[in-house]
Amino acid sequence: MAPPRSTRIASGAMVLQSRRDSIEEPGRTFLDATAMTEPSHATAIRFEGVSRRFGEVVAVDNVSFAVGAGEFFSMLGPSGSGKTTCLRLIAGFEQPDSGHIEIFGETVEGVPAYRRAVNTVFQDYALFPHMSVIDNVAYGLMVRGIPAKARRQAAREMLEVVKLSGMENRRPGQLSGGQRQRVALARALVVKPKVLLLDEPLGALDLKLREQMQVELKALQREVGISFVYVTHDQGEALSMSDRVAVFNHGKVVQIAEPVELYERPRTRFVADFVGGANILEPHIASSLGIPPALYALRPEKVSVFADGKQPPGDWLSLKGTVADIQYQGAIRRVHARAGETPITAAVAGGDAGLEAGALVTLAFPPSALHRMEEQ
Amino acid sequence: MSVAALPLPQPRDGVLRRISDVLVRHPRLLLALLLLPPMLWIGVVYVGSLLALLAQSFFSIDEFTGLIDRRFTLKTYAELLQRSNLDIIVRTVTMAAAVTITCAAIAFPISYYAARYARGRVKALFYIAVTLPLWSSYLVRVYSWKLILAKEGILNWAVGQLHLAWLLDLVLSLPVVGGPSLSISYIGTYLVFCYLWIPYMILPTQAALERVPRSLIEASADLGGGPARTFRSVIFPLALPGIVAGSIFTFSLTLGDYIAPTIVGTSSLFIGQAVYTHQGTAGNIPLAAAFSVVPIAIMGIYLTIAKRMGAFDAL
Repeated sequence: MAPPRSTRIASGAMVLQSRRDSIEEPGRTFLDATAMTEPSHATAIRFEGVSRRFGEVVAVDNVSFAVGAGEFFSMLGPSGSGKTTCLRLIAGFEQPDSGHIEIFGETVEGVPAYRRAVNTVFQDYALFPHMSVIDNVAYGLMVRGIPAKARRQAAREMLEVVKLSGMENRRPGQLSGGQRQRVALARALVVKPKVLLLDEPLGALDLKLREQMQVELKALQREVGISFVYVTHDQGEALSMSDRVAVFNHGKVVQIAEPVELYERPRTRFVADFVGGANILEPHIASSLGIPPALYALRPEKVSVFADGKQPPGDWLSLKGTVADIQYQGAIRRVHARAGETPITAAVAGGDAGLEAGALVTLAFPPSALHRMEEQ
Repeated sequence: MSVAALPLPQPRDGVLRRISDVLVRHPRLLLALLLLPPMLWIGVVYVGSLLALLAQSFFSIDEFTGLIDRRFTLKTYAELLQRSNLDIIVRTVTMAAAVTITCAAIAFPISYYAARYARGRVKALFYIAVTLPLWSSYLVRVYSWKLILAKEGILNWAVGQLHLAWLLDLVLSLPVVGGPSLSISYIGTYLVFCYLWIPYMILPTQAALERVPRSLIEASADLGGGPARTFRSVIFPLALPGIVAGSIFTFSLTLGDYIAPTIVGTSSLFIGQAVYTHQGTAGNIPLAAAFSVVPIAIMGIYLTIAKRMGAFDAL
């Protein structure tokens, strides 16, 4: 994983050469030949039983996973769940206390950050405040000894890719949050990493910009064809962009799955609740419904609300409850109800305003809507 | 469900109340009132006396009567360029430059440690350790150094115990900077200055380093920058405004000091001593004033160069 300095410089020059080639070819903006020829089944990153402690706190606890080459892999979890520490372990800012980390088959324990072919987009962007935008983007190329003219040219092209042409000579302090984020992206991508690490890069942006950047990031990832490892606490972000998502809690990976799988078939109570806020039916509620006693997840959009007296379809399961609150959210209404001790949320489409807090209702759903989870 | 609003606090009506109401409504008036005393101080007392000083330097002294001739002349400045006076200026500026460079070199690692690694108690200890010398009198400290550096002093004794007396003799036999003992040499003066001014270098450097986010250092490493590159391209440029601020202290304090070189050092004069003798015993106020203008001019040139070199780009 630690090629001698001379090869690093040579490969940097090569990368630049391949950029040159790609410019002449219309339609290919900045595809990296090496990234394309990499077999798709190759493993980009492998964690095997990795742990990292800070004093008494176990930030990462015996974590194992693998990220495929070219995969968009998200690490999702609440703050303090160990996802950012995992990212820092890949980048080389932290070293594991135990376990094993590989990047493209090479062991990286003890390899410092500046010898790893991965690059990071930092949460606070970490742009150098004393350098212009173009010098920020060209920094990685300067470090690799690429001549000033060539590196400025490469940086300018990368700024074009992230739609920041014309901003070359500004200082980071003169840019908006969204623009800074793009500079950080360009700075990391211009050195052609094998893996791009993103640490909650959209956290500081407003909702509209965030949604736009989600689409752009995903498109960018397809275009460059390298692995993205994306840390976020926003389940919507993780579900919409990722090929696979690893859910973290208390330093452990709770579940790794494709977004649909994760949403439809959460493995534990935590995943069901954290990803999409599912209703949880306890085993004793299940038995009262006449199904095997176990822990079940039930998505709010699968629950229908019937005003008192109306009957759900015959084969549906139903619970009697009281409406506690109704949240209007535009396209849907969220009906928060209580069936005895069990809180049930139903997401109801349409403008039916026939419900009020305190109303007696029947909460019903087809048996197929229930997903049986591991008891936890 | 109705909640009665809590009544707002009702201060008694009075002059003070009305004054604060007026000030709240007119923030510019408030600003003007707050700035007036310091502006008067800086404008009248400080800049005023500086201009008076400058004016004095354009007068001359009648060599026969010893009276001051209050007519505009550049004669006094011409006098500055005489060999003996020029020597004083060169000597002082060289000393100030050497002291500044040494202080910066010693202060940087200390500041870096304090900014990056020291936490809690250790950090408190750092602040105390750096400022502790300032708690005792300047004179006491300079005299202590005279005792330390004297031929019968502890340093000489320690060097002797280590069988390194030959090394000290070698150093003292150097031309210009050497002398009969450390306390009667430029080396001695230099050591005392470095000791006296180093807190003024450490504190601003540490403050500047403290403001460099860890993520910038990580970003540099992330992009392939090794420790040396990261230091050169990220840490040092961002610490530079602090180092320059510190160097303003060390440089100008050395340029103006007249006590330390009187107690520890040779009999050759520094600018401060020249000012002291000319305005005191010699009664040559114009020449004293002209000497005083030299550090001001040098600091002006120094800051201009620092700005040209981009020392303040990170501000």
